Amino acid sequence: MKFTFFHLMPYRPLDMVERHKHRAGWVLLPNALYDPVKGAEEYQSYLDQLTYAEELGFDVIAVNEHHQTAYGLMPAPNLIASALIQRTKRAKIAIVGRALPLVNNPVNIAEEFAMLDNLSKGRIITGFVRGIGNEYHATGINPYFSHERFQEAHDLIVAAWSRPGPFSFEGEQYNLRYVNCWPRPYQTPHPPIWIPSMGSSETIRWAAAPERKYTFLVTFSGRDLVARYLNLYRDQAKDYGYEASGDQLGWASPVYVAETDERAKEEARDGMESLFNDFLAVPWEMLMPPGYTSLSSMKNTMRMRKALGAQKRHSLEDLMASGTVVVGSPQTVRDELARLRDVTGANNLVTMLQFGVLNDELTRRNMELFASEVMPHLRD
Amino acid sequence: MTAQEQTHKVRDITVRLWRDGGGAALVYLHGSAGYPGWLPFFARLAEKFEVVVPEHPGFGKSDNPAWVRNVGDVAMYYLDFLDGLAAQRVHLVGHSLGGWIAAELAVRNCSRLATLTLIAPAGIRVKGVPSGDNFIWSPEEAIRNLYYDQSFAEQRLAQVPSEEEADLLLTNRFMAAKLGWEPRWFNPGLERWLHRITVPTLVLWGAEDKYLPSRYAQAWGAQVPDVMVDMIPECGHMPLVEKAEATADKILGFLAGRRQ
Repeated sequence: MKFTFFHLMPYRPLDMVERHKHRAGWVLLPNALYDPVKGAEEYQSYLDQLTYAEELGFDVIAVNEHHQTAYGLMPAPNLIASALIQRTKRAKIAIVGRALPLVNNPVNIAEEFAMLDNLSKGRIITGFVRGIGNEYHATGINPYFSHERFQEAHDLIVAAWSRPGPFSFEGEQYNLRYVNCWPRPYQTPHPPIWIPSMGSSETIRWAAAPERKYTFLVTFSGRDLVARYLNLYRDQAKDYGYEASGDQLGWASPVYVAETDERAKEEARDGMESLFNDFLAVPWEMLMPPGYTSLSSMKNTMRMRKALGAQKRHSLEDLMASGTVVVGSPQTVRDELARLRDVTGANNLVTMLQFGVLNDELTRRNMELFASEVMPHLRD
Repeated sequence: MTAQEQTHKVRDITVRLWRDGGGAALVYLHGSAGYPGWLPFFARLAEKFEVVVPEHPGFGKSDNPAWVRNVGDVAMYYLDFLDGLAAQRVHLVGHSLGGWIAAELAVRNCSRLATLTLIAPAGIRVKGVPSGDNFIWSPEEAIRNLYYDQSFAEQRLAQVPSEEEADLLLTNRFMAAKLGWEPRWFNPGLERWLHRITVPTLVLWGAEDKYLPSRYAQAWGAQVPDVMVDMIPECGHMPLVEKAEATADKILGFLAGRRQ
């Protein structure tokens, strides 16, 4: 397996009492709750952790994009990627991803990624996402056109990287007389593209297409869903007439390792529960703006939600039971991850070893134990 | 009294339509929540007019052609619709999103219109006076914020929609986002063209509207040439429900005064 150390960069000093006076940790959470002196320290810690991950032997270090939230402090993840290029030598740097529909000229994204690819001499992995529903409240972009914008922006960016410029792009959402990406990307024909997703069948079909074969990552889902979606990708590839390689498949999960199961649970509890209940939890109207998914999938999700009843607080035990998070002794964590690898054939594991309010000290211990006690056993 | 549901085809688009009464045609364009059912408000208007209530393309069970991408497209659709409807000019009434569509239609071409009535129309912006954010409100807030008199909200909240009704509500919400998400409930160009509305116009507004503040009524009053602005006290965004009789009577009075 290949191992990615992924960071969200949450704002840990958040006053949780104040936080819960507001609808969500997103969009309407007053930025008066952000203290720049504390925030600057957060950036420092997180950059150190990402750099340390290279030292510990992770193959990839990764960041992503979110807006107007304490959940992740990276509205511009390429700035962090740029800093990481200067601090690291070997590790690939993944930006998984940029939210394509949120920008008005996707060529800007093509240019920035191309710059990073040159600055790192080809160490960049790009990720293309639509952004979660909250992002459409934060930016004002119309969620109804999210899919259309994503498709067009993708086509435009890949063309900007691989077609000789200048050329014109004529779309419904984007119309550009001159597309001429200077600099061109360092990698040929362009940096790898990863598609992190919650697993919509449309996305799977699209990512698996023979002309793309993009690496598909199931994010923050229980083990059954991870297995189901990754196997859907495999089946889809077979329908297209080829066998998906393990490198095309991966999943992302918060992980915590300590000497014993009991100790791991004790140390991980606050971080995991704050991630899901304080940072990530948002009302339905924010998470699922109309048009963000197709009408039929929205109807299905609403029915499922109605059947489940009111959203309750997630306990660490719930999250572990569903396999959304992996917490335990090295043996427990190895077994759980190996099981999912074996049923899916996935070769990419994206770990989140800092989560929620988990402090620097525990994060480092978690990283060290994962690198020394788990990673070697799951390597190819 | 309830109107009959019909289907109505213009070019390649089939929509649902409800019709009742007799006399000169009065076309009502519904708001972003879709066809509200045959309200007592319509029945009252139907005593004097032939009331025609189409369901907009993309809403409910009407066709949703891919080429309808914004309110301007819907307005163009309704110009085609009016061409085929009646030989006489029609009285056009629009509420909220429907008011916006009606205004977009009128600035393009008033030749099919006798009068224009806008009830709390969307479509323009007043800087410093933001519209309510119905896309971020919870379903309960969205209903409560519709009414000044909360007993109307209680009544609505007590009704649990059937699965089919819930699906239609979601369809309408999708279409509302398509048309009204960005810029939120207005077209920056519309205000520049309001002088093109050449028919007598009535603007009605609930004084306590939490969706589109009644302050907007002044802006319409200042820009539309032959306009009367009337404020309905103790009323929210749904005058046609909350003050059905008064609202219908104001419209009937306006139309009686303007009858050709």
